[in-house]
Amino acid sequence: MIKNVTIGQYFPGDSFVHRLDPRTKLLATIALIAVVFVSTGFAGFAMIAAFVLLTALSTGVHLKFLFKGLKPIMFIIIFTFILNLLFQQTGGVLLQFWIIKITTGGLKMASFMAARLILLVVASQLLTLTTSPISLTDGLESLMRPASKIGFPAHEIAMMMSIALRFIPTLMDEADKIMKAQKARGANFETGNIIQRARAMIPLLVPLFVGAFRRADELALAMDARCYRGGAGRTRMNQLKYGARDLIAALAVAALFALVILANRFCPF
Amino acid sequence: MNDVIIDARDVCYRYESGLSDAVSHLSLKVYRGEFVAILGRNGCGKSTLAKLMNALLLPTSGKITVDGITPANEDECYQVRRSCGMVFQNPDNQIVTTIVEEDCAFGLENLGVEPTLIRQRVDEALAAVGMAQHAHSSPAMLSGGQKQRVAVAGVLAMRPKIIVFDESTAMLDPIGRRDVFQLARKLNREEGITIVWITHFMEEAVQADRVVVMDRGRIALEDTPRQVFSQMDKVLALGLDVPEMMKLSARLVAAGVKLPQGIMTVDEMAVELCRLK
Repeated sequence: MIKNVTIGQYFPGDSFVHRLDPRTKLLATIALIAVVFVSTGFAGFAMIAAFVLLTALSTGVHLKFLFKGLKPIMFIIIFTFILNLLFQQTGGVLLQFWIIKITTGGLKMASFMAARLILLVVASQLLTLTTSPISLTDGLESLMRPASKIGFPAHEIAMMMSIALRFIPTLMDEADKIMKAQKARGANFETGNIIQRARAMIPLLVPLFVGAFRRADELALAMDARCYRGGAGRTRMNQLKYGARDLIAALAVAALFALVILANRFCPF
Repeated sequence: MNDVIIDARDVCYRYESGLSDAVSHLSLKVYRGEFVAILGRNGCGKSTLAKLMNALLLPTSGKITVDGITPANEDECYQVRRSCGMVFQNPDNQIVTTIVEEDCAFGLENLGVEPTLIRQRVDEALAAVGMAQHAHSSPAMLSGGQKQRVAVAGVLAMRPKIIVFDESTAMLDPIGRRDVFQLARKLNREEGITIVWITHFMEEAVQADRVVVMDRGRIALEDTPRQVFSQMDKVLALGLDVPEMMKLSARLVAAGVKLPQGIMTVDEMAVELCRLK
């Protein structure tokens, strides 16, 4: 069962968005997050929502996956909605009983916050659904490269991320094996209260950690044997290249930005 | 054949935590284009010797020259690693990236090779090991034997003159083992790459040009497989096995069957047995 865990949530495909340069997608996501905060009216949110939804539809990713990411933060969304509704006391009174007073300003503020949170999650969800972890890492490395001039370890971070991605399935396999071995020796992982269960994990975690360190040691040796010397002087087989596609995507996001700013200014709600 | 590519002269190596030398006053010549098998029980210094050949370790005393370079500084170590590639035992712990072809490119990327040239060499290397159709797969999806072939491709793409296999078949199933061994033989014969094959399996050692048996950091026996394994008592005393057919022929000879010396494989045995009457 442990084997079926997928890394990240990449949804393979061949759409326009899938084929964008990972850097474009990263920057576009940052721009989308920014525009979510820039927007101050429902018209703006409606435009962003339409943009995100249309993009999502074009990728062929099932919308179910797009909204799956909302589940863990549903509580936060509802909580902020209620708080804003109850404590934001501006505008006309809509409803009043006992100590509760709901105002139009409160309702507006609460809906804005909820819309922002939902759009933030859905937009970043779109990035991870359409970009494989490895190209995401490549994109990050490439974007962070200028910062390495001032000593920021861009290459090292990217290398660590890609090695982590490489070893997650291996370590999961190993965890599975150790778990079975310990079960065969009578270990019990399933019953007991939370403390007992946490304690039962020790015979699983210790061998897993020891194994991970041994692996790290061997991997370091193997990397040395293949002349690894850090990021300096290193080339890449797959160069990232911006194409016409990326220009179109950038223009689309820029257009959205402009429309939202116009909406803020000229749209009354 | 008389061209020496690895020349170890009176090499000693002691680990920091070691009480005695892991490799002790060892001298060994490996010739260009040769297929040498190194045998020996656990802890006899085989893997240490492999790491000395690859400049992953530098001798405590003595000298080892690989393709004309005696590594002393860091740059020379990298030159040695370039001409002498190494394939390790555990297929999982030597693959660095999540995509087969990217792993294959790793060494060339480290050397700073031009991207188009990397692409070309990676494609060639993957084709040579028969893994071209898996170029875009994740290593996690491959079998042990396939992973080892990817590891060989990663080394091969760097165009080494020597490849050291450090018990690379020890963790594989019989089919994977055969595939990787056949691949090494093919590279040796067709590409002329010198192979140093460290192993526990006698069936593999009998197919080498030369067998070196190590014991406690020294060379105990060194000759053609036939010569080495015909000294059955010595080989057994060194904690090694002898090929099954050699045991069988010894028992047949003891029982009075007239067989020539040095039968090592099933095929040879079959031929000799059919020749009896």
